[in-house]
Amino acid sequence: MGEVLIYGIVNGMIFVLMAVGFSFVYGISRLPNFAHGSIYVTTGFITWSFINNTGLPYWLSVILSLIIVFLAGVAIYQFVMIRVRGMPISEIIVSFAIALAILEGLRLQGIGGFKGFIGPGYVLPRFIDGMLETPWVTIDLQRLLIIAVGLLLLGFMWLFTHHNKIGLALRAMAQHERAALMLGINSDRMANIALGIGSTLAGLAAIVVMPLGNITCESGYTVLTNAIAVCIIGGLGSWVGTILGALILGLATTIMSAIGGTMWNNVLIFGLIILILILKPSGLFGQQKELQERV
Amino acid sequence: MEREERRKERLDRGIKARTEGLYAIASWREITYLLAPRASLIIGLLILPLVLPGLYWQRVLALAGVYALLALSFDFLAHRVGLVCIGGAFMMGIGGYISGGLNYYFGLPIALTIPIATLAGALICTLLWLPCLPLRGVYFAIITFMFPHLATSIIIAGGLLGSTEGLSPIKGFPNIWVGIYLILGLVLLTIFGLRRLCGEDIGVVFAGIKDNDQAVLASGVNITRVKIYALYIATLIGCFAGAFVAHFSGFVGVSLFALDFSVMPIAACIMGGPGTLAGPALGALILAPLSELLRGFGQLRVVLYCVILVVFILFKPEGLLSWVSRRYHQIERWVKV
Repeated sequence: MGEVLIYGIVNGMIFVLMAVGFSFVYGISRLPNFAHGSIYVTTGFITWSFINNTGLPYWLSVILSLIIVFLAGVAIYQFVMIRVRGMPISEIIVSFAIALAILEGLRLQGIGGFKGFIGPGYVLPRFIDGMLETPWVTIDLQRLLIIAVGLLLLGFMWLFTHHNKIGLALRAMAQHERAALMLGINSDRMANIALGIGSTLAGLAAIVVMPLGNITCESGYTVLTNAIAVCIIGGLGSWVGTILGALILGLATTIMSAIGGTMWNNVLIFGLIILILILKPSGLFGQQKELQERV
Repeated sequence: MEREERRKERLDRGIKARTEGLYAIASWREITYLLAPRASLIIGLLILPLVLPGLYWQRVLALAGVYALLALSFDFLAHRVGLVCIGGAFMMGIGGYISGGLNYYFGLPIALTIPIATLAGALICTLLWLPCLPLRGVYFAIITFMFPHLATSIIIAGGLLGSTEGLSPIKGFPNIWVGIYLILGLVLLTIFGLRRLCGEDIGVVFAGIKDNDQAVLASGVNITRVKIYALYIATLIGCFAGAFVAHFSGFVGVSLFALDFSVMPIAACIMGGPGTLAGPALGALILAPLSELLRGFGQLRVVLYCVILVVFILFKPEGLLSWVSRRYHQIERWVKV
């Protein structure tokens, strides 16, 4: 029982880490960021390459890959998304195409000497090794680290969006873009920053979560679904909703794994999404009450 | 230094203005001008299978027809109703599995399986996507995108319907001509049918939902109901494509839920001309042979579709067909400002 609870909380924190970047970008710049999952996988790939191909130390390669991912997010906005801003269908299609191109491109084999990654053997090192043994439960330190990072990140994001000039400007954009423009907030610059930070958050999640398993391209799709699931179940535009939605999903998937095996997790997540959409379309803590208001 | 400023001027051709009203039937020239694009599409599609060399390219053409149907379904939903559904493979899979399953387990003939799969499959898809209809934009897109993945994992994890092996053999068409003309006929029927539909009253409501659903809601229209109609029509097209592929290839498997069937129709649609209905079909006719030539490269094809998508949206958002039809209807010339 204690084990299910603690692993459920860990899984919940993983969901939080995956969702926070996506909901940050979408809530603020109203830009769909399909590339979220791709950035997640890309970070793992870059870090792995730094460590194994160039022999850089772990901490340096993490920092470098986070910087690269930040720049990638900015580049995606600056060169592509900026041109289709405000056209919803084109926005979706373009960002979907970018995401797929990255994810499927990472699987390419042997074109121009590039070796994509398929199969096992691509594992990121852990931050800390070791197990924590208590009378009721045994847990490895990496999972505890996930909880700590998740909590820190949530606290940091709350402070950032409530007590920082850039954060406040970002929130202003989310609430009313035209009014924000009138007050001298540069909307393109803010969207740029939002996409950059969102990508960095995805990268951070990758670095903390990925050591638990292999790096695979499929996890890019999983991350995207999980982020969406948290956003829909918790409700848009609510931090409490995000945390609670993630915890519910984490507990549910942990219990499911304990009973039936992990392959049914996707089905479970979908079931929950559909259930929430039928029962309470605005999400558990959504602030948008109207059905059709859901963007 | 004085710089010469020029701008491009576009003028309608005289004959375009003359063919707009009742005067269209004034002379053979006007009638030809009006009919030529439509007739060339119909005749071109009907003659194409006869002039193609060999069985291989005829099969490619049939596959292009399948992609064209999916592209039409995507185009109709996205650019006429405003629901961006990027999970076209799901309709394919549902249609294919129903008709394949009926043939495999119960031995029903093709004349029954395809209609049943089309109608029932569309009903299933619509019912499954029904709860997602209040969602708009990205959320609807991502959820529909995840449905094929979900279906694959259910079929494999549950060991249902032949699991990873798939169902085989499924009864094929009596000969290839039946298959090819069935799919090409359906493509033509879909293009002209959807165009007619969008001109009807309900088509106006569709356009209203796309542009401003709050306004449509305010005029007392139940937009969820209208969206359900649109979804049913679009999934009918997709499920037919799936059922056709099941019989055409004589095999049903999880490959029906493959990413190709979701992405390539979108690329075809954007390339051909979003919102034009005939454009996506043309795009599919261009892209399908291209992707057939690249079959050896595997994953590179999906990357290629994505690059085509991004390039066309950024640099040629009107698509090929709009560009061609502008040439047909208008004169362009540079004038001094």
